[in-house]
Amino acid sequence: MLNSSQNISLYRRLTNGVAIGLISLGALIVTVPLFLILGTVVYRGMGGLNWAFFTQIPKPIGEIGGGMANAIIGSVMLLGLASLVGVPLGVGAGIFLAEYGRNKWGNIVRFTCDVLNGVPSIVIGLTAYALVVVVQKHFSLLAGAVALGIMMIPTISRTTEEVLLLVPQSIREAALGLGIPRWRTILSVVLRTASSGIVTSIMLAFARIAGETAPLIFTTLGNSYWNINLNQPTAALPLQIYTYALMPYDQAHQQAWTGALVLISMIMLTVILFRFIASRGAIKGNN
Amino acid sequence: MEAGIHVKDLNAWFGAKQALFNIGMEIPAKKATAIIGPSGCGKSTFVRCLNRMHETLPDTRVEGTVAIGDLDVYGKGVSPVWIRRRVGMVFQKPNPFPTMTIYDNVAAGLKLNGFSNRRELDNVVERSLKHAALWDEVKDDLKKKSGASLSGGQQQRLCIARALAVEPEVLLMDEPASALDPISTAKVEDLIFELKKEYTVVIVTHNMQQAARVADFTAFFLMGYMVELDKTEKMFTKPSDKRTEDYITGRFG
Amino acid sequence: MPTAPEHRSSRSTESLEEPDNPTLTSADKLKMVPKSRVGSQEKVVADRVFRGLVILCALAVMTIVGLIAFELVSQSRISITKFGFKFLAKQIWDPVAEDFGALPFIYGTIVSSLVALCIAVPLAVGTALFLTELCPKQLRGILSLLVELLSAIPSVIYGLWGIFVLSPFLRIYVQPFLAKYFGWTGLFSGPKYGWGMLAAGVILAIMILPIIAAITREVITAVPRVQREAALALGATKWEMLRIAVLRNARPGIFGAVILGLGRALGETMAVTMVIGNRPEIARSLFAPGHTLASVIANEFTEAVGSVYLSALVEMALILFVLTLIVNALAGLLVWSITRGMPARAIA
Repeated sequence: MLNSSQNISLYRRLTNGVAIGLISLGALIVTVPLFLILGTVVYRGMGGLNWAFFTQIPKPIGEIGGGMANAIIGSVMLLGLASLVGVPLGVGAGIFLAEYGRNKWGNIVRFTCDVLNGVPSIVIGLTAYALVVVVQKHFSLLAGAVALGIMMIPTISRTTEEVLLLVPQSIREAALGLGIPRWRTILSVVLRTASSGIVTSIMLAFARIAGETAPLIFTTLGNSYWNINLNQPTAALPLQIYTYALMPYDQAHQQAWTGALVLISMIMLTVILFRFIASRGAIKGNN
Repeated sequence: MEAGIHVKDLNAWFGAKQALFNIGMEIPAKKATAIIGPSGCGKSTFVRCLNRMHETLPDTRVEGTVAIGDLDVYGKGVSPVWIRRRVGMVFQKPNPFPTMTIYDNVAAGLKLNGFSNRRELDNVVERSLKHAALWDEVKDDLKKKSGASLSGGQQQRLCIARALAVEPEVLLMDEPASALDPISTAKVEDLIFELKKEYTVVIVTHNMQQAARVADFTAFFLMGYMVELDKTEKMFTKPSDKRTEDYITGRFG
Repeated sequence: MPTAPEHRSSRSTESLEEPDNPTLTSADKLKMVPKSRVGSQEKVVADRVFRGLVILCALAVMTIVGLIAFELVSQSRISITKFGFKFLAKQIWDPVAEDFGALPFIYGTIVSSLVALCIAVPLAVGTALFLTELCPKQLRGILSLLVELLSAIPSVIYGLWGIFVLSPFLRIYVQPFLAKYFGWTGLFSGPKYGWGMLAAGVILAIMILPIIAAITREVITAVPRVQREAALALGATKWEMLRIAVLRNARPGIFGAVILGLGRALGETMAVTMVIGNRPEIARSLFAPGHTLASVIANEFTEAVGSVYLSALVEMALILFVLTLIVNALAGLLVWSITRGMPARAIA
């Protein structure tokens, strides 16, 4: 039967080596697109970085110069408004799931959150169109904010629930035993313990929707001019990038790359910050 | 080949923490040797050094000599993969492969070594299961039931059969019955009685009665040191070292 | 971890002489405390209000999803009544004659996603294996951060890169190579634009890779260590151990991760619409342009006139919604079966 004096066969050693080699190669290959894309964005976007970019609105097609100031402001306003929708609902749902939802109802809500998470962003945009644009009879910043806010909810509620569940039951019971009412316990004690986790989840949701374009196409629509009126179409950074990318003019493309550079810098910084905070285990009360 | 185990100056570390200190012993061939001692004394670590499983954990180190028959386990150029085929291991918690049938579980080691002949595999599977006293209970369900669908005691005997199928010279058992009920434990102990006729068995146990029942020799470990190794009978009635006596009489551990 | 002794000492001894009964909830315990300890009635009311608010948030989420489904169905009513089920099989897309069919878009959605899976799955599973089993500890943090950063890049920037970098690259280097050696399959024929179904598949692959890798990592980590040791103790090489102990055990979970990636790919809009060519055609070759459910909505919705046109587009959205719903539900089930409900951070 088995030959005791035989070492493991060449075939097995070879297969092992090849397999391990391929796996390692695959993992390394995966990092290539990241550097390629980031590299291209930086390389091509840098040329258009100037003061005008951050302070001026787009010039008419064909003219040199101009910037995306209106789009940057528009994006900031969109994100701010979206947070007003997404953060309370997300945190609220998260609190519900963690504190009141350890039962059948909680499972239903959790499932619904997962469903919402999987809905393509364009479908959400379409819904916001139907709910806001059609009702108001015009495109608006508000409609876009509603769409983006909805998209924030699943991320925030999932993480809020997780982070709240990490807070040990003993803390809750200690507070209740002291006579602190339940609502106060949750808000002042439990939430505060988990606050950094929740903040990072909000940042993560932020980073996710900052780059979203599809839901804005038929809600906020875009605008070549300044606008801070909630009820009017507004420029947004991702939308502007999209529009410029499709134009047949080199200048437009340059602007698109620079816009991409600005957008991606904001997002990357947020993500790396989130990772940094999370890795330092900033969730207090974690055993 | 007489596959006695000769251990000399064996040291082992977990990172910077040393777990075994200059272990030296002779484990006689075709006998059962029990390793006893309180928790954390290094018994499992020692046994895992015998089949080079200790080094599969991250940040670990082994130094010293382990020789099985004329084979230097830690010799230059010796493949740990090969050693592990020659030295079988049964774990504390039965771990059959849940996605494989009973047949495939037993045949797993053989298939790795390139055996594909149906007839030969059938023979070995049957022989191993009989050796492990499991054949009668599963012979009709070999290819129908998964390895994980058996009871705890049966699973453990399946793991023993799996280990035996690759014809090791040594069988290491790390607290093989501690997760089992008394009846299954008794079956496993009976099995060891039979197994030691053909294999060199090293069994780690925290149960002194078990050691007394099945082992010819017993070694007592304490805090990473081997304190004493002797015939089981002598160890339990007239131990040479006071620490052994304290442990056996239940003064600690 | 015993909590009982812990809170016995922190609780005030006057209230609650009850021995530690694990079946009593905090609310029950609160009710047992004499009223004077709790304070005025207002606090109990405040509790109710808070609870109500929080439940309202949860209900809001459910309402939103309900609204999405409702709007999709009601706005596509016109198209559904006009075309019926044949809508799914028709190839016509004629806004002037108001005759629409979804087949080219369903085809494009599925094919581009499948191409993406073919490319992404081996790489993602390999990456996950590498990170959990082979990677030196120092490298692990950096490498997993890099993979995660891939998922942070917005779709529109992928599209931008796709138009100006990937498409020319495919056109000049990859497509001629594929046409020369694999043209016999019929998948690589026709004019080489660079953009088209293949470009869309490649971009989608890069985009879904992080999620597949992350979930695969979780399911691989969930395989108990003793399984790996069982294989090693039999004398398996590293790869053999991975094959019989890790991958085999994690198979349902990996399958789930793949399906989850599929779900992501199906719904991707911007990057796809920027490189796929936006032509509602069904062609065998991957070099050909195509269209997807998401991209046609993005492209044509703002310009669409006529209730039938609009309704047809909404019906596309409905098909997409149902498709992603089924796929994501399936994925969730498979992943859950392995990780038993472990919170999947990666999904968020």
